[in-house]
Amino acid sequence: MLAAATLLTACGDDNDDDTVVVTPPAPVMQTFTVTVTNLTANQPMSPVILASHASDAMLWNAGEMASEALEKIAEGGDTADIAALSVINSSVNGTGLLMPGMSETLTLTLDEAEVASISLATMLVNTNDAFTGINSYTIAGMEVDATTAMKFMAYDAGTEANSEAKGSMPGPADGGEGFNAIRDDVDFVHIHPGVISMYDGLADSVLDASHRFDNPVLAVTIMRTE
Amino acid sequence: MKRTLVTASLMAAGLFSLPTLAADIEVSVTNLTHGNHFTPILIAAHDADSHLFQVGTEASAALQKMAEGGDIADLDTAVTGNAGVTSANPAMGLLAAGANVSGVMLDTGDNTHLSIVAMVLPTNDAFMGLDGWEIPTEAGTYTMYVNAYDAGTEANDEIINGGGMSGVPGIPAAPGGDGGANGTGVMDNSDNSNVHTHPGVLGDMDPAGGMSDLDSRVHRWLNPVAKVVVTVK
Repeated sequence: MLAAATLLTACGDDNDDDTVVVTPPAPVMQTFTVTVTNLTANQPMSPVILASHASDAMLWNAGEMASEALEKIAEGGDTADIAALSVINSSVNGTGLLMPGMSETLTLTLDEAEVASISLATMLVNTNDAFTGINSYTIAGMEVDATTAMKFMAYDAGTEANSEAKGSMPGPADGGEGFNAIRDDVDFVHIHPGVISMYDGLADSVLDASHRFDNPVLAVTIMRTE
Repeated sequence: MKRTLVTASLMAAGLFSLPTLAADIEVSVTNLTHGNHFTPILIAAHDADSHLFQVGTEASAALQKMAEGGDIADLDTAVTGNAGVTSANPAMGLLAAGANVSGVMLDTGDNTHLSIVAMVLPTNDAFMGLDGWEIPTEAGTYTMYVNAYDAGTEANDEIINGGGMSGVPGIPAAPGGDGGANGTGVMDNSDNSNVHTHPGVLGDMDPAGGMSDLDSRVHRWLNPVAKVVVTVK
């Protein structure tokens, strides 16, 4: 989990009295574009966060408790806590909701020295706590113009019961609550079982057939451009 | 849609002299669904820049025709007209749930990528699709699992009314004879008009009415819906 990862601190103890003026080398930058496509029928996705971090950091681990930062994304689409994690060395947000069928390209420019792994997260907003994204993908060693394309599944943060009830989901189908610190579900991250909807016997659900989804829910193309 | 079946003019003009990698491949397709048929399958080898479909983009008219009515003729023409090679309808008709078609031989010539599509029936506009898989140059057997996509061209009302022409609502037929009738129709509130992962069908358990003419116990699926095995000779 990200919170548990430690920060590497620079250990420069070169304290001798040389007067040689060292000109630090100009940082060599690498640029990556990440294009995301929402593959669902009717699940807008909250503005994505794309983050760069060390290779041993993970945004989530299936079968384990979600961090509160992840819970905030999964229940309410709020990425601020992820961006603020000490292991994140750079992050960028999408410009707005990523609507079904739509694509968006985000750009990360990183000092070569900090190029390691990236993660991305976004909420399926017409759900209680479904999310998807990239969980620590290594970009170190990618050549310029290299591309890689992948598709991703929907996860359930396990932090909020999948009631689908009025007032419980922040997306346009409901307009209800986002993050709530109370955890009233299984409390481990798992593959989302899908939504049921009012059409399929969940009488209290405000969701309909179009809100159901199957995997994959997100297509991603990563390209190093510089 | 703009990149669908577009020839790379540079390639066509022979400005790149790519090595000729004529390859014989053998393809098999297995229907992994519980109770859906595949309509005639199109297996197509083509260049790197051509696509029968791409997620997140609008379906071509030829793809729509296949996805809504199972008609692969226009897609086939588009591929072969662009120097691609195809095997059209290798299963000689419908491929039932659990069934497979194997031993489909294709001489790919200079074509480097493989696509496979077929409509999933009964649905409004679902199809199983492999989009531009790069054919390995190394001999061997390669297995892929293929998902079902929604062409995004027709509302998923789940009404079986014979409607298979592009733009005509409804489902052409339930080939298994397991469809219902007189459904009132599922309200499809999706605005996604691009090709996307199919959300699955709803169905119900009332063959003589209800919302859907599909049977929720028979016609639902989860991805993947097809297994494709390619042997590069």
